[in-house]
Amino acid sequence: MLHSLFPNADWSELWQAVLQTLYMTVISIAATVILGIILGLLLFVTAKGNMFENKIVYKCVSAVVNIFRSIPFIILIILLIPLTTILVGTMLGSTAALPALIVGSAPFYARLVEIGLREIDKGVIEAAQAMGASKWQIIWKVLLPESLPALSSGITVTAIALVGFTAMAGVIGAGGLGTLAYNEGYERGNSDVTILSTICILIIVFILQFIGDFITKKLDKR
Amino acid sequence: MIQLKSIKKSYPSKNGAVEALSGIDLSIRQGEIFGIIGYSGAGKSTLIRLINRLEQPTSGRLIVDGKEISSLSKKELREARKDIGMIFQHFNLLWSRTVKGNISFPLEVAGVKKAERKKRVQELIKLVGLEGRENAYPSQLSGGQKQRVGIARALANNPKVLLCDEATSALDPKTTNSILDLLLNINKKLGLTIVMITHEMHVVKKICHKVAVLDTGKIVEEGNVLDVFQNPKMAITKEFVKQITHQEEADEAVDLMKQTHPSGTIIKLLFKGDSAKRPIINELFQRQRVEINILEGNISQTQNGAFGTLTLLIDGNIREIKSAIDYIEQQGVGVEVIQDAAQLIS
Repeated sequence: MLHSLFPNADWSELWQAVLQTLYMTVISIAATVILGIILGLLLFVTAKGNMFENKIVYKCVSAVVNIFRSIPFIILIILLIPLTTILVGTMLGSTAALPALIVGSAPFYARLVEIGLREIDKGVIEAAQAMGASKWQIIWKVLLPESLPALSSGITVTAIALVGFTAMAGVIGAGGLGTLAYNEGYERGNSDVTILSTICILIIVFILQFIGDFITKKLDKR
Repeated sequence: MIQLKSIKKSYPSKNGAVEALSGIDLSIRQGEIFGIIGYSGAGKSTLIRLINRLEQPTSGRLIVDGKEISSLSKKELREARKDIGMIFQHFNLLWSRTVKGNISFPLEVAGVKKAERKKRVQELIKLVGLEGRENAYPSQLSGGQKQRVGIARALANNPKVLLCDEATSALDPKTTNSILDLLLNINKKLGLTIVMITHEMHVVKKICHKVAVLDTGKIVEEGNVLDVFQNPKMAITKEFVKQITHQEEADEAVDLMKQTHPSGTIIKLLFKGDSAKRPIINELFQRQRVEINILEGNISQTQNGAFGTLTLLIDGNIREIKSAIDYIEQQGVGVEVIQDAAQLIS
């Protein structure tokens, strides 16, 4: 049945592509979480009226985040080729796509983290201060746990955007479902392969959304 | 226990500095429940936040338990804050933690060991009456229960002072009373000094020993709750006292009586302390041949004793009325003549 629907599909090649897409997505999510939380926290705590208020740091981080968030991803990949070559040694393959994926999505996530942190009731932070908590204790015991649902829903949104980014990276040789759809599907005129790749991407996105919603709901005790 | 010496606080604004507190002098003794009452914008919140230095005073000195709070380093301040508990109008609990977790928070901050923490949390849960709710999240609790968690959390490190920032303002009257009873109980049991700011006179009446009235950044009146209630000097204090004596309704009733009984004599009796407990009206009936009609009365219980008023319409011959009033005054009850139809004073 499947064979008659998708006559040009090479199943082991498809599986390979799915794995590559998952590889790029998972590694870049992990790096984005770490980098995004650090940047988001930095934005939050250095903002006006907060614990480590510092105009210069805030402005610098904010500018960097805004710049990288504004560059279209496909252009960002090209701009980062020199950096990628230094870091990975090549500009082709799934691993070579990682720097661009991370640089493209971490600033986006950082903003979501900042928004999530800003939603924490100022009174709760004040209460922690009144109990004699240090700034680091406030970060670890108040800011991060209290914003966890926002951090989790933010990473879900970011992860889905990342799947899209991996497909774009695929067009210029990162491998994965993007490469499959473009090289095997579009360039060879096998529209069934393009559709099959799309279906796989959709399934990945749905699963990510489901897991993300589930975790967010579990974390949210409000 | 707490001393504020010419404390000033001003905030910078576009049109120059805005003065929130202009020279506050206050002395609060160990074990006292001290109420600071004022309308919103009077500077109450600023004042209470100065005591644990959540707000920095612009000038003046602040001493808590012998420590000059205003000159502590950041690290010393964090240590000093562990001796000053605080509860809030909106509770400010961590919603991501259970009741247990919230109460454990200040202990974690203070570096208490896990086993000891567990034990202390259990004690506190029992103290504030939250047995059985240990594992609930704040979102599953009522307002009163949330404030109980707030109180337990504030008491975790055995503070010497408890600051209450409008702690009952978000609660309904019944819950307010149960929280006030809890605070009073804690004050007696632990000898804790409590400072509370509020805009509700009821709160002051119910549990405070002393009260200070704050108006536009200044303390305009201060003293024992009973004295201030009986003898309010400033207009703003009188307004607050009216909140609980329902004076306006009483005045209306008296006005109506003046119209319907123009020939009667209306007097107001002012009770305080023990005289409020004596059956004066009963004795009056037995001794004097006068007709008595009770127009209005109320009695308020404060931590320094009771006080009350009773408005009477008296009819009878002038000699009897006069001797009735003399008798009342002999019993240590104040008398104020409101309508003098019998020409007592002439």
